[in-house]
Amino acid sequence: MEIIYALAIGVLTGSGVWLLLRPRTFQVIMGFSLLSYAVNLFIFGMGRLTVGRAPIIDTLKQVDPSLYNDPVPQALVLTAIVIGFATTALFLVVLLASRGLTGTDHVDGEESEP
Amino acid sequence: MSLAWIVLLPFAGSICVSFMPSHARNTAGWLAGAVALACTVLTFQLYPQMADGGVVRMAFQWAPGLGLDFTLRMDGFAWLFAMLVTVMGTLVVLYARYYMAAQDPVPRFFSFFLAFMGSMLGVVLSGNLIQLVVFWELTSLTSFMLIAYWYHRLDARRGARMALTVTAAGGLCLLAGVLILGRIVGSYDLDIVLASGDLIRAHSWYLAALILIAVGALTKSAQFPFHFWLPHAMAAPTPVSVYLHSATMVKAGVFLLVRFWPVLAGTDAWFWIIGSAGLFSLVLGAYAAIFQRDMKGVLAYSTISHLGLITLLLGLNSSLALIAAIFHIVNHATFKASLFMAAGMVDHETGTRDLSRLSGLRRAMPITAILAVVGAAAMAGVPLLNGFISKEMFFTETVFISGNLITRIGMPALAVLWGIFSVAYSLRFILQVFFGPPAVDLPRSPHEPPRWMLFPSALLVMACLVVGIVPAQTIGPYLDVASRSVLGADMPFHSLAVWHGVNLPLIMSLLAMAGGVILYRALGKYHHGTSVVPLIEHFDGKRIFEFLLEKLDSLARGLTQWLSTDRLQVQLLLVICAAFASALIPLLHGGLPEGDMPVAAAHPAFAIMWLVGAACAMGAANQAKYHRLAALSLAGGAGLATCMTFVWFSAPDLALTQLVVEVVTLVLILLGLRWLPPRHKSIDEDMRSRGARVRARTRRLRDLGLAIIAGAGMTVLSFSVLTRRAGEGISPFFLENSLSLAGGANVINVILVDFRGFDTLGEITVLGIVALTVFALLRRFRPAPESMELPVKQQEQDALAGGATPDPHALLPAGPMMLPGVIVQLLLPIAGMVAVFFLLRGHNEPGGGFVAGLIVATAVILQYLVGGTAWAESRTRIHPQYWIGLGLLCAAGAGLSAWLASRQFLSALAWHGTLPVIGEVHLSTVLLFDLGVFLLVIGATVLILVVLAHQSRRGHRKAATAHGEASAARSAGWSAIGPTAPHDPAAVDMPAAQAAAYIAPAR
Repeated sequence: MEIIYALAIGVLTGSGVWLLLRPRTFQVIMGFSLLSYAVNLFIFGMGRLTVGRAPIIDTLKQVDPSLYNDPVPQALVLTAIVIGFATTALFLVVLLASRGLTGTDHVDGEESEP
Repeated sequence: MSLAWIVLLPFAGSICVSFMPSHARNTAGWLAGAVALACTVLTFQLYPQMADGGVVRMAFQWAPGLGLDFTLRMDGFAWLFAMLVTVMGTLVVLYARYYMAAQDPVPRFFSFFLAFMGSMLGVVLSGNLIQLVVFWELTSLTSFMLIAYWYHRLDARRGARMALTVTAAGGLCLLAGVLILGRIVGSYDLDIVLASGDLIRAHSWYLAALILIAVGALTKSAQFPFHFWLPHAMAAPTPVSVYLHSATMVKAGVFLLVRFWPVLAGTDAWFWIIGSAGLFSLVLGAYAAIFQRDMKGVLAYSTISHLGLITLLLGLNSSLALIAAIFHIVNHATFKASLFMAAGMVDHETGTRDLSRLSGLRRAMPITAILAVVGAAAMAGVPLLNGFISKEMFFTETVFISGNLITRIGMPALAVLWGIFSVAYSLRFILQVFFGPPAVDLPRSPHEPPRWMLFPSALLVMACLVVGIVPAQTIGPYLDVASRSVLGADMPFHSLAVWHGVNLPLIMSLLAMAGGVILYRALGKYHHGTSVVPLIEHFDGKRIFEFLLEKLDSLARGLTQWLSTDRLQVQLLLVICAAFASALIPLLHGGLPEGDMPVAAAHPAFAIMWLVGAACAMGAANQAKYHRLAALSLAGGAGLATCMTFVWFSAPDLALTQLVVEVVTLVLILLGLRWLPPRHKSIDEDMRSRGARVRARTRRLRDLGLAIIAGAGMTVLSFSVLTRRAGEGISPFFLENSLSLAGGANVINVILVDFRGFDTLGEITVLGIVALTVFALLRRFRPAPESMELPVKQQEQDALAGGATPDPHALLPAGPMMLPGVIVQLLLPIAGMVAVFFLLRGHNEPGGGFVAGLIVATAVILQYLVGGTAWAESRTRIHPQYWIGLGLLCAAGAGLSAWLASRQFLSALAWHGTLPVIGEVHLSTVLLFDLGVFLLVIGATVLILVVLAHQSRRGHRKAATAHGEASAARSAGWSAIGPTAPHDPAAVDMPAAQAAAYIAPAR
């Protein structure tokens, strides 16, 4: 499982990095999306992969930390997902405003080569 | 306590005055005057404590860990200076009330004026060196505001900027200097520093500290070679010049030199640095003053010269010279302020300060003339006036100087030369303006200014006279107290008297008088002044300053250009490389040891899922250039795989959130796609030159390589982490205490809303700000012209609808959207219920405010998607801004409620009990907090999506008005929707492959 998980992170990172370096704003916004998936998975993975151990305490049993997945990375990722949405929205609007002002969707606001 | 009030009152007054309307001239004046007067009284009543050499102290804790206290300290010298600041402040307020025109925003003036006064008192009364520098820089800032008061004038802006640059830079040097002092002594407390003079003078860093502090003092006091800013600061309103440039701010420099005299003076370095700066300013300032055309210009250069006199006296390393310097600080303030006031009155009544135009004003303005004559006489050092006595003291000091022949003869000679210059420019100042034939072409016909405008000047002139005639009975005791507080036990015997018998200084005085009259007679063509001072025209400080500034500017620009780029791709490339390097370098040192945890066997379903996920990700990367919709859908596929992974590995909360965020993001970007341009011609391969194609291919290969390396690196890194045991962290704490301390079984939710509630509060604030920023950015949105028309699909749909404008008040949207319209309407209450369910159970089961809020937002946006903006908004107006505000209030209120139980911010309060009918109930402020999150998420998400959706309507409205004709000619699509309107054939015959053109119409 771990190897698949790691490969998934790698593919998402690679695709994200590739898109980040492209010249069109839409490519960059997609790149950020993919890269944020990768980063979220990476942070989540810091709590190690466990199956069927959601950090929801069973009130009937004794609390034993080893029975649950690490909640801290999960809480971090949850925050990251929401903030990621906010930055995507902001970036999209800046992108649209830039496109309206400059007439192009190149990230620099002008075509690099004629 | 009165010490604190002396500093606080002006600042409080400044804040009060700043809120007054701009026409409140009298109220502002009264308040400022009352504050200044109160400070005067408060300062004066402290005199008995000063009289026997006492020191009043008052300390508040500031940053005790750093050894910093907010300390106020007043000794005799500080008392004298504070009196100078407050008395002058009172008089200048009175003067300014009549000087300022009714159309000037007077409260602004008084606000900055009081702030300056407070800063100046802060400098004078600081008992801590760092604190002194802070107030010192505050005086620079407030004086910048005051010089630039008439900021519509170019000279005012330039003068203010130059003054700020020079004095604030000096202030930074001063900061460095006092840091060294503090380091040497081991304390920033003024008393301790003043007691360690021998330690400082013997220290190897003494010279560095001396130079830095000297630069600070000399820039502030406009001493050579930093003197050039003062004449340009004359663009300020005259009350500012009276107060800042004669009485107080420029005196701050010499104040500092006196303050540090006990610890820094007494060495050769002090003599040469301070003495020579003073000597140059003394002679050059007086020389340049002779040739000025502007009345205030004469006074400005004269100020440089007189401050040079004080600096020189301080540099002489003699106790008697120090007493003379303190005496002259007071004397100069009185006569120079009265002269500046006179210049202001002449300017006020005639409309000009040009010496070549003014003449014979003594007939029209007799009282002003008398005041100016007495003031100028004091400036020239005529007997029976206070200027004479301090001049005599100066001459005495130069006569008794020790050293080699050059200094013994040169110093008195230069002193006499200075005397000659002073007499000459004083004579010219008076004779040019008030005597001679009446002036003819003045902008205004002159007459005497109002009585209360004359009053401050008259009072100061009276002081000059009284001090000049009976010095020992008037200023004597105060001067004695001030000098004693600096000199301590080494106080020499001195006597303030007008007549010391016929001696060398008296002869020098007479020589200077006679020489001055002769020089004035000999001025010839320079009587009317000149724009360049003869002989020293090449030493123009302003030109050098501007040259340096320009060079610095171009150097900075060059460096920026060389070191940075505007191109985003290059910047991102660097960021990625830096991130990669920062991960790689530690690995090169430590290596990447293999993990020891057993690897779980791969589940085929999981493998297949990520096979699809990876294909989606790579597909999205490939398609994002031309096929935006396809790329968006593919990226969504990768997102879903991520979401499923969260489910798989015991993170139901993450999966839920990811799922709803995925939906909302998709809608968001779909709404934005509409405004993106069609495929650009120049990026088609065959349209470009061969070189460009090769370059593009190389770039792509490089990026591909980088992407593969980054991906491989992340894979290795993740795998290596995943296969080793987790270290002991803070996680067990949360798991163990979630139920017992916070009463919630869902640890994730408990962390978010309880343990780390402050983080979440910050996060939702960010979310709210982002939504409002999006709203603000889109208010001025200008879509590109070619995106103006309706998308093709919508045109088709409108044609199907039969051309009738859809009725926004219809029960259901017309056309093919009717059935979905029924469903989404039914969905809204159900979605609301589901959301509340998720919200309420969030503390114990997967769910919570974030998820619930996003569910409601999705349901709301569905109404828009299906029915269109007009239809959705004809029902209920949603005001997302209110939701954002309400959400923040709820969350912050939940946090604040802890204070009611006198507990820390955001501590949860819970109530558990039984209610009739309902049964057992558990209520907690945590729920209120989560409710706040819920409301804010709804508000922010809906606001972002709705304002984006609204753009299509705005765009059309704009197009209808601005581009009406042109657009109608290009396409009849949007303006005349109807069967008669022919469709643009190009738009209809769109290739199917460009289905994405629905969003981004190609043209």
